[in-house]
Amino acid sequence: MMRYLAKRLTAAGIILVGISVITFCLIFLVPADPISMIAGRNATAETRAQIRHQLGLDRPLPVQYGDYVVRLAQGDLGRSYAQKTQVSELIRARLPATLLLMAAGIVAELVIGLPAGIYAATRRGEAVDRGVMMLSFIGISAPQFIVGLLLLYLFAYMVGWFPLSGYGGISHLVLPAITLGIAGGGTYSRLMRSQMLDVLRQDYIRTARAKGLPERTVLLTHALRNAVLPVIAQVGYDMGFLITNAVIVESVFGWPGIGQLMWQQGIQRLDYPIIMGVTITAALFIVLGSLIADLIVPLIDPRIRLR
Amino acid sequence: MSAWRRLLKDKLAVAGLFVIAIVVGAAVLAPWLAPYSPYDQLFDGLTLEGSPLPPNGKFWLGTDLLGRDLFSRLLYGARTSLTVGVAANGVAVLIGAALGTLAGYLKGFGRDVIMRFTDLMMAFPALLLAIALAAIFAPSLWIIAIVIALVNWAQLCRVIYAETLALSERDYIEAARALGAGMRRILWRHLIPHLIPTILVYATLGIATTVMFEAMLSFLGVGVRPPTPSWGNIIFESQSYFLSAPWLVFFPGMAIVVLALSFNLVGDALRDALDPTQRGRQ
Repeated sequence: MMRYLAKRLTAAGIILVGISVITFCLIFLVPADPISMIAGRNATAETRAQIRHQLGLDRPLPVQYGDYVVRLAQGDLGRSYAQKTQVSELIRARLPATLLLMAAGIVAELVIGLPAGIYAATRRGEAVDRGVMMLSFIGISAPQFIVGLLLLYLFAYMVGWFPLSGYGGISHLVLPAITLGIAGGGTYSRLMRSQMLDVLRQDYIRTARAKGLPERTVLLTHALRNAVLPVIAQVGYDMGFLITNAVIVESVFGWPGIGQLMWQQGIQRLDYPIIMGVTITAALFIVLGSLIADLIVPLIDPRIRLR
Repeated sequence: MSAWRRLLKDKLAVAGLFVIAIVVGAAVLAPWLAPYSPYDQLFDGLTLEGSPLPPNGKFWLGTDLLGRDLFSRLLYGARTSLTVGVAANGVAVLIGAALGTLAGYLKGFGRDVIMRFTDLMMAFPALLLAIALAAIFAPSLWIIAIVIALVNWAQLCRVIYAETLALSERDYIEAARALGAGMRRILWRHLIPHLIPTILVYATLGIATTVMFEAMLSFLGVGVRPPTPSWGNIIFESQSYFLSAPWLVFFPGMAIVVLALSFNLVGDALRDALDPTQRGRQ
């Protein structure tokens, strides 16, 4: 177990270094000139040189990269061009809202996906099964912003059950969570169904049925217990989809998380440090998510050989 | 050809193929099918108060905020969305298949470098990376396609890598090597032909992903720039107005969902049709 842990941690570390290299390169590709952004267009050559020196942009690239990594490791994501505040502060202020949305999204996608998948598996090949699979395909094929706008129009504007946008009580959370749940639910119902079908093929299920146990007991206690755990572990590997979808959903519902930060203050004002900061934060989530899943999977299923 | 026949037995796949054919036809024939120019701000395209018109006899799908005909813009938007989607996915499949085959065949150091890089790309939030790249580079259709390709090749690379690895351990590869076949011959004659079904499946499923990607980037305002119509940026342009003019979001939204769904259905059926383990079961 310790060797496995060390290996996984090393792999995660290598990926973090790679992420820092790529984001560092991206910053150099940015066409906007940070010096003009800070000094204004009409600055003299002298002020420009001074700012360049202050920012450390006159040093060799490897030195700048080393400096960048040290600052990243300390949680320093640079300063926003427009607001002059630390990007890490901006992100920290917005992160709780995004985490809440992601948690609600996970609950929604599992609540939608798992029962649908289980039910489809027990009715394999029947019309219900095909119907569920078709719905899951639609969920997978519908971009979140379209689902979100549609739900917004129907349930917030036409029916008026939920507020149009913003942040507050549970009522604000329902539509964004369902939007996330529809996409994720499509994926998880398919996964749950195939896991369930795999397990139902096993010998011990036949034994349980032969003992005369009611089908309900066979399905819910014998089969489900083994089939559901890998599906839940998959949540860790799907962190990338979840956080990306959360970013989109936030911009549709005016949810004040890091996605809205990126969209309103990063993209619309071309504030690159914010764009990079949110990207790095999201990448960190993805690495953590798959690391946690990697550690949980062998605990769930001892048959998986640790390599 | 039996795979093709199996595919045509799947009703959903046939429906998907039908939709794809219609969209391709609409995109190709847009100049002849469109009742108006997609760029013309029509004099009678707005109400007296300057609001867009809902669908009616003259403008079948209504007009947009500038009084342009939505149906015409959707037809031309099909061109943009398909072009970007197909080009992006083509490049992604090329990169993924080439790197995956190479990694599976090379083993050793070359494999480690390629697969570590693939892991890295998988760890990046694809859409956010694409947003960052699209915001950095000057926006043109081809750059958007390449940006989408750059963040979408990693999954195919992993699949192809695993498959190449499994294939290259088969006896017939060993036999070819023993007969003195070189690396190029083994790759082209003995490995790649067996990878084509997988590549075909992912090339179909991938278009669903890239079409959705283009829509999302355009919706966020960093994809295809107006006035060039794309299904995503029609929604982007009218988002602030959509409660009073829902048709401006509904029709392009449905177009995106139906097209992505069709590619997903065809790709999924193709996977079943080409899967060698399914052969002989019927």
